[in-house]
Amino acid sequence: MDKPNYQNYRIEAENICVDYNGKVALYDANLSLKPGQICGLVGMNGAGKTTFFNSLTGFVNISKGKIRINGETLRSAQKDQTIAYVPQSEGIDSQFPVNVWDVVMMGRYGSMNVLRCPRESDIQAVKDAIARVDLMDFLSTPIGNLSGGQRKRTFLARAIAQRASILLLDEPFTGVDIRTEKLISELFIQFKNEGKTILLSTHDMIHVREFCDLVLLINKTVVAYGETSEVFTPENITSTFGGISPDVLFGPES
Amino acid sequence: MDLCLFSSINTFVTDPLTHEFMRKALFMSSLVAAVCGFLSSYLTLKGWALMGDAVSHSVMPGVVVAYALGLPFSLGAFIFGVGSVALIGFVKQKSRVKEDTVIGLVFTGFFALGIVLVSKIKSNIDLHSILFGSPLGISISDVKQTVLISLLVVILLSVFRKDLMLYCFDPRHAKTIGINVFFLHYLLLTCLSLAAVVGLQTVGIILVVAMLITPGATAYLLTDQFDNMTIISILSAIISSVIGIYCSFWFDLETGGSIVLAQTFIFLFAFLFAPRYGIFKFKKFFSNYK
Ligand SMILES: Nc1ncnc2c1ncn2[C@@H]1O[C@H](COP(=O)(O)OP(=O)(O)OP(=O)(O)O)[C@@H](O)[C@H]1O
Ligand SMILES: [Mg+2]
Repeated sequence: MDKPNYQNYRIEAENICVDYNGKVALYDANLSLKPGQICGLVGMNGAGKTTFFNSLTGFVNISKGKIRINGETLRSAQKDQTIAYVPQSEGIDSQFPVNVWDVVMMGRYGSMNVLRCPRESDIQAVKDAIARVDLMDFLSTPIGNLSGGQRKRTFLARAIAQRASILLLDEPFTGVDIRTEKLISELFIQFKNEGKTILLSTHDMIHVREFCDLVLLINKTVVAYGETSEVFTPENITSTFGGISPDVLFGPES
Repeated sequence: MDLCLFSSINTFVTDPLTHEFMRKALFMSSLVAAVCGFLSSYLTLKGWALMGDAVSHSVMPGVVVAYALGLPFSLGAFIFGVGSVALIGFVKQKSRVKEDTVIGLVFTGFFALGIVLVSKIKSNIDLHSILFGSPLGISISDVKQTVLISLLVVILLSVFRKDLMLYCFDPRHAKTIGINVFFLHYLLLTCLSLAAVVGLQTVGIILVVAMLITPGATAYLLTDQFDNMTIISILSAIISSVIGIYCSFWFDLETGGSIVLAQTFIFLFAFLFAPRYGIFKFKKFFSNYK
């Protein structure tokens, strides 16, 4: 049995295409990520960032191309709890009657029995995860009563509790204050050191420079992909954002 | 005086219970209300009120055909309930017509078919009892069917309670961790069809959708905890049934209508006085004066 190049890669997406009822949202997208890599996904509104995540989680079917996770199919990656997805705030009904504990416990459902009865180990995992995002004081707060940043941290805790090796984060920094931003980026560095693979979308160019090893610029397809230092150039950014000069994005100093 | 009042209340409550048909009606409606109430919390959270309306109206031709052929009416109803859902999905996928339009289109079509069939078949079908329910005149075989279906729905919902909640809350996460979202979707639709089937006996086809959404909506105003929501939803549904049946007995009112009206009043009460989400916000009111 030889599966030489698969063993090195956590995520491999080859020429994937997604369309919604015939309307193409993403085409010929490629991505390969190894353990311990953080990759930033950058593109304007409607560029297909969420769509890219949806195809990697299996929430939408790809119409063409191939996705391999740890060299296996997406289906078996789902079963193995390999992938965790942290949704964009807009994707969540914040009035749903669940509290922080309930949401984080959902991260464990995949490894529980059919009735989803938490075992001692699940409870411990949930506690640890909540502690890591510093929400111990909010265990039984309904998610509707949390601030936007606290809600973000709740879903991050769910991903931590799941113990996934791949984290997909849709705009984790949108609408959070400096303190939460710091907490989240420190967590990302810890995840990286634990060997997790992280793909995060962001509109904040500073973050990409700060801790993304790789960057994937998309506008319905891949505009550029590679090491941040090589690919994250003003020219590439300009073409990703349809001609807007990077000055607007970075401020005048860059 | 006090004793007199007490004994008259006592008669008010116990008198109806001396009748066999009243005991049966109370038991059946409470059971049906509990089943619909259980499902109700999922439907309101998922935003499937219109879907509930559609399925419950679409079972009409099924009921008529089943009666005409001498089959259990629940079988016919179930087939048409599920059929309507499948048809809605199909038309939506294959055309550019918006979902709510498709839903409205399909269920009125089915409902009209049912009415036409009734007028054509002219058997001993009691159109009134199909449309408005007849909890006081349920036959023994209907009781058996209803109990069986109710048990089935309660077992399904109990076993997949948490999965269904996750499915309503965040289907994307459910999919990501390998939970079969497709299965849950159809499980919920199946339970919806079955609940509509049992619900139409007590309140009839036209009002059964109220049994499927009002208790859940009431509970949603009263709690922030999913499990509590389910419990409140079930309790409010049962209480409404009991109130409705008593009222219909004492004041000679249409039973189905009374039950649904009781549910509406309970909702109204929650809407006005719910501690956090009512328009008078009593909690705030109290805490201001502490
Ligand atoms: N469920 C859907 N049905 C139909 N079209 C969709 C659906 N979801 C997204 N689209 C379309 O696909 C394109 C890409 O959307 P996507 O949500 O992936 O963008 P995004 O990069 O995440 O944008 P944002 O920065 O606003 O979150 C958009 O043109 C959008 O209109
Ligand atoms: Mg998006």
